[in-house]
Amino acid sequence: MIRVVLPAHLKMHANVNGEVMLAVDGPATQKSLLDALETHYPVLRGAIREQGTLKRRAFVRFFACQRDLSHDEPDAPLPDAVASGAQPFLIIGALAGG
Amino acid sequence: MAGVRLLVGTRKGAFVLTSDEARKSWDVSGPHFAGWEIYHVKGSPIDENRIYASQSSSWFGQQIQRSDDGGKTWQPVDNTFAYDGVPGTHQWYDGTPHPWEFKRVWHIEPSTTEADTVYAGVEDAALFRSNDGGKSWHELPGLRGHGSGAHWQPGAGGMCLHTILIDPSDAKRMFIAISAAGAFRTEDGGESWKPINRGLKSEYIPDPEAEVGHCVHRLAMHPSRPNVLFMQKHWDVMRSDDGGNSWREVSGNLPTDFGFVIDVHAHEPETIYVVPIKSDSEHFPIDGRLQVWRSRTGGEDWEALTNGLPQSNCYVNVLRDAMSIDTLDSCGIYFGTTGGQVYASSDSGDTWAAIVRDLPPVLSVEAQTLR
Repeated sequence: MIRVVLPAHLKMHANVNGEVMLAVDGPATQKSLLDALETHYPVLRGAIREQGTLKRRAFVRFFACQRDLSHDEPDAPLPDAVASGAQPFLIIGALAGG
Repeated sequence: MAGVRLLVGTRKGAFVLTSDEARKSWDVSGPHFAGWEIYHVKGSPIDENRIYASQSSSWFGQQIQRSDDGGKTWQPVDNTFAYDGVPGTHQWYDGTPHPWEFKRVWHIEPSTTEADTVYAGVEDAALFRSNDGGKSWHELPGLRGHGSGAHWQPGAGGMCLHTILIDPSDAKRMFIAISAAGAFRTEDGGESWKPINRGLKSEYIPDPEAEVGHCVHRLAMHPSRPNVLFMQKHWDVMRSDDGGNSWREVSGNLPTDFGFVIDVHAHEPETIYVVPIKSDSEHFPIDGRLQVWRSRTGGEDWEALTNGLPQSNCYVNVLRDAMSIDTLDSCGIYFGTTGGQVYASSDSGDTWAAIVRDLPPVLSVEAQTLR
């Protein structure tokens, strides 16, 4: 199971406490992970990826394994540690200025 | 028992303030949707328990919430606002073409005749409608499809459709306003639109008397007189007596005619209210004195209403959707400020009191008169 950590605003919006545990169909990629997340929590549609284009929203960031994955290709494999559930996939609202 | 429910949108959530008809003591509920910008909260005129909220965030986009129990609980409804057909372009700030991109819902206007019909004014400017209580939305493309669409441009707050007025005698007749395109009218339920900006003069656009391009801040109408419209423009307070076909300035003796809000007394169609602020860059009252100005003659002659309002060191603004009226026998007027206060008058503006202080910056105030 992949572990996903949502930002506080979206936890509240989706009525989620703690991490989200997801199983994805096929290879673990950003796209398959987010597809699964939005399937389980339809209210998140449009909140992480733009509706229609499915592009990452401009002020949303993806972090995992101490790396910024925001600009990785959506179909690129996620790090093994994320796919195995050893490390969480973090969805974060972009910050500026500390 | 009669009463008033105030639906307050703020930068960091929504609040619901409730009172009986005496309007002396208020219960405050909230923050709902804490941490989100709540641009507008409005109840259905048909079902006072049906309320919609526009929940927005630069990070996480747009959500629409609906309550069917007067704001006690909420459920998200559809947040898909897709422009009809090929979106096209409008003018950007520098005059270059810029694609239409949805950003947020600025205003929600439930139908006056159909419980499940609701309109949404959005940025970038367009008009959407839901016929199923918000479960799905579709654009009414006739507005953007008006030949002038490519020439619309954003005001300082963005290119937003912020005012939707439904003629109470004919639900197919509506007026909308866009910053900075101007005012438009439909007679066929939104299928086709006519710009109604003749008589406006705006020095900040290349042609001050252009058909479109005016930065209209707000429109208001008394339900009994749908052909009489009042407008707060970027500068100037304007009046039309022919449904927007022509406008004339009624700023009269106002100390400044820059502002955002304008509203009409519930029982006196010629009594109107504005909150002047110093200028387009100085969004605060002159000399730090918060004043509501009232005209009992539909404009031109105005009087300052200050009793109970701060008359020193007050540098707040009142945004365009942040004033509202109740319809109790003694008309109540309410407004919220960017300083987080909500002021109320239960005597047509003669006296004011803060019914709550220190909320987050207030974006909108809507009064529901409960019967």
